[in-house]
Amino acid sequence: MTEVKNLEELFQAKIDAEQKIEPKDWMPDAYRKNLIRQISQHAHSEVVGMLPEGNWITRAPSLKRKAILLAKVQDEAGHGLYLYSAVETMGTSREQTIEDLLSGKAKYSSIFNYPTLSWADIGAIGWLVDGAAIMNQVMLCRTSYGPYARAMVRICKEESFHQRQGYEIMAVLAKGSPEQKEMAQDALNRWWWPSLMMFGPTDANSPHSAQSMKWKIKRQSNDELRQTFIDRTVQQAEVIGLSIPDPDLKWNEASQHYDWGAIDWTEFNNVVAGNGPCNKERLAARNKAHNDGTWVREAALAYAAKKAKRKAA
Amino acid sequence: MSNNPNNWPLWEIFIQSKRGLEHKHVGSLHAADPQMAIENARDVYTRRQEGNSIWVVLAEHVHASRPEDAESFYDPADDKVYRHPTFYTMPEGAKYI
Repeated sequence: MTEVKNLEELFQAKIDAEQKIEPKDWMPDAYRKNLIRQISQHAHSEVVGMLPEGNWITRAPSLKRKAILLAKVQDEAGHGLYLYSAVETMGTSREQTIEDLLSGKAKYSSIFNYPTLSWADIGAIGWLVDGAAIMNQVMLCRTSYGPYARAMVRICKEESFHQRQGYEIMAVLAKGSPEQKEMAQDALNRWWWPSLMMFGPTDANSPHSAQSMKWKIKRQSNDELRQTFIDRTVQQAEVIGLSIPDPDLKWNEASQHYDWGAIDWTEFNNVVAGNGPCNKERLAARNKAHNDGTWVREAALAYAAKKAKRKAA
Repeated sequence: MSNNPNNWPLWEIFIQSKRGLEHKHVGSLHAADPQMAIENARDVYTRRQEGNSIWVVLAEHVHASRPEDAESFYDPADDKVYRHPTFYTMPEGAKYI
């Protein structure tokens, strides 16, 4: 028991000294479990996040937009893979991690349980959803677990194009016909609040936050990140002439931040609990893709075995 | 190697970003065979021309030193400051040394 305590002290000392934890290092069980949950949720979010956007690939308004959207969705698949690899360094098999997603045991970001009803939603997702994700991911580039931090650096490098292409879509629509502008505004109206929810519960209601901060898994609180996101995004909305759907939004001269209205946490909890507009559809799509791919996974192994045998002969 | 279709073998990926530079570890992925590992590594790790050459190594073939042994393992280098050029005092006025 004393030995474990010493190991924990050494571990915390390493963290306090800003040293990264690497896969073969000793780490407390709770640190490992916490990270397996967080990184795999993050990976699942990248993968499920392809579904709402994939919905518009065949209906993108031009070849240029279609090529961009394809590239973006392909990036998301890559991001999922970087993160799955990071989870795997903690000793969980890839098969188990995927199984937990498909069975519904593991969670992914609730934002992807909302539908993409118009082309403007693709703009709103890039601008707001990727924008919110970037806030979180920039922080995670300095997270204490080495493989997670390295995956995040790679992801952040690629993510900035995602946000910019989304904002450009919104800017173009906002400058277009009245109908196009209305479409952009409607997308902003629908995605604004779910995007704010992406930062998670308020600090007062986030029981794991203190421990995550102590372990330097996260370095900024949910509320801090949410506030920075709001401050930046309000200005960007003004530039393109769209309005944020929050009657309580007001610049606060004293705090030098925006004051804003209350988040509907009942809605958030409902979607997390599986009752969002698209929860069932998303999980069914992932299961179908996995099952339909069974023969490919088997055939590839059989082909590899055949080639290896020929080479040996 | 794994024969489980839901858990293809794991490969560690090394990318050379430019001719003349070293191959650097960038991450890992699952693939059924070396060719598939190389092609998947291209799609995953070089989408923005980050690479010029790819090495793939089965993860089970990588052997590593143990972090808990680090202190004694690297101990022999601790007391040999004379391996560094700054250890030596050069005579005043000598140039290009």
